[in-house]
Amino acid sequence: MNKIFNINSALTIFIKDFRSELRTRYALNALIMFVITTLAIILFAVANETPSIEISAGILWIVIFFSAMSGMARTFVSEEERGTVMTLHLIAKPSTVFFGKLLFNLILLFLMNIFTVVLYLILIPSFIIKSYDIFLLTIFLGTIGLSAASTIIAAIIAKSNTKGTLYPVLSFPILLPLLMIVIKSTKSALEGIEIAKAMGDFQVMIAYFVVITAVSYLLFDYVWKD
Amino acid sequence: MDIKLEVQNIKKIFNGRKIFSDINFQLENKSALAITGRNGSGKSTLVKILAGVLSPTNGQVDFYLNGKSIDLQNRYQYFGFVAPYLQMYDEFTAMENLELFARIRNIEVDKDYIDLLLKRVNLYERKDSYVREYSSGMKQRLKYAFALLHKPPLLILDEPRSNLDAEGISVVYQIIQEQKQSGCVVVATNDSEDIQFCNQEIDLNQFRNIAK
Repeated sequence: MNKIFNINSALTIFIKDFRSELRTRYALNALIMFVITTLAIILFAVANETPSIEISAGILWIVIFFSAMSGMARTFVSEEERGTVMTLHLIAKPSTVFFGKLLFNLILLFLMNIFTVVLYLILIPSFIIKSYDIFLLTIFLGTIGLSAASTIIAAIIAKSNTKGTLYPVLSFPILLPLLMIVIKSTKSALEGIEIAKAMGDFQVMIAYFVVITAVSYLLFDYVWKD
Repeated sequence: MDIKLEVQNIKKIFNGRKIFSDINFQLENKSALAITGRNGSGKSTLVKILAGVLSPTNGQVDFYLNGKSIDLQNRYQYFGFVAPYLQMYDEFTAMENLELFARIRNIEVDKDYIDLLLKRVNLYERKDSYVREYSSGMKQRLKYAFALLHKPPLLILDEPRSNLDAEGISVVYQIIQEQKQSGCVVVATNDSEDIQFCNQEIDLNQFRNIAK
């Protein structure tokens, strides 16, 4: 029976991308600079004001969303720009390529989100987490949902001529349900409510990830080919 | 290994312009096919369709191994492909590229065999140099090592002599001869020397401007 994808091959594609990223810094530099610049602008804008819990939670995810938009597309765009897409076509199944790229985006986004949250906690004094369990689970599930959606959108836009502008535009409607729920859940973490009351939000985040990954798997073959 | 490539009624339209249509042929063990035609006749398009990296607008390509049909998603295991537009990873060395390709293909990383391939294409001395430091001819040689890494029964070559010097061309001809003994070769070319190695020929000029 044919396997959906080959785990070893997908892991090797992830390792290839990771080593390539360390050598070329295609996405990493863009992500770090974007996070730092955006947070600096927020600091100037907020000045001595104390933003409300809703605003603080919203701003955190705005930073994460736009930073992800500046870096996640690189996984496929860099292959397209360097002309190595065909090489990948010739050595692996489309589904294997997709899961390898998804894993890379997932790890990259996790690292970026840790960096963003740490900086945010240091620079925004009013951002005080009262329920760490809700917050960590929100970051975890938000990251996997965001990376799943970003990966398939990156594969789609890599084929277009207007890659840079198309990515956030195409991503926004797809990511909107996820962004709304993670902002709500982050607000719950800042308010310090019990984790049991946030379970509904987590179920939505898990469902989002499962649906996006399943649809991406089914679509990727068509997106990847021509 | 008994292989058969069957092409039925292939047609390709790009942005409303027909490239070719009604292409039919069959390729069996120990044979070589030359695909010829003027610039823009669709030679590269046809080899990409054969390799499964491009879909035809109409028609189908079937590949059989020992009488069993191999589905499109798994054909990459049996095809080797060389073309001037194929790119290796510039940020890795030749050795790293080939090791990564072997791992992604999920085949054993046989360093002795990789060394043998690199010696054959005369890149062994430079195996630890980054590909970005290679000349275009050296990159073309590396593509042959890439194509032969998994010992494919079908080798597809688009412009096989591209960027190569006389020594490189002689190695390519040896590879074609050997591949003909063990499997099949498809060569997209306009060079009469390349065509000499082939026992079948498809001239794409005949398939142009035929009514849709």
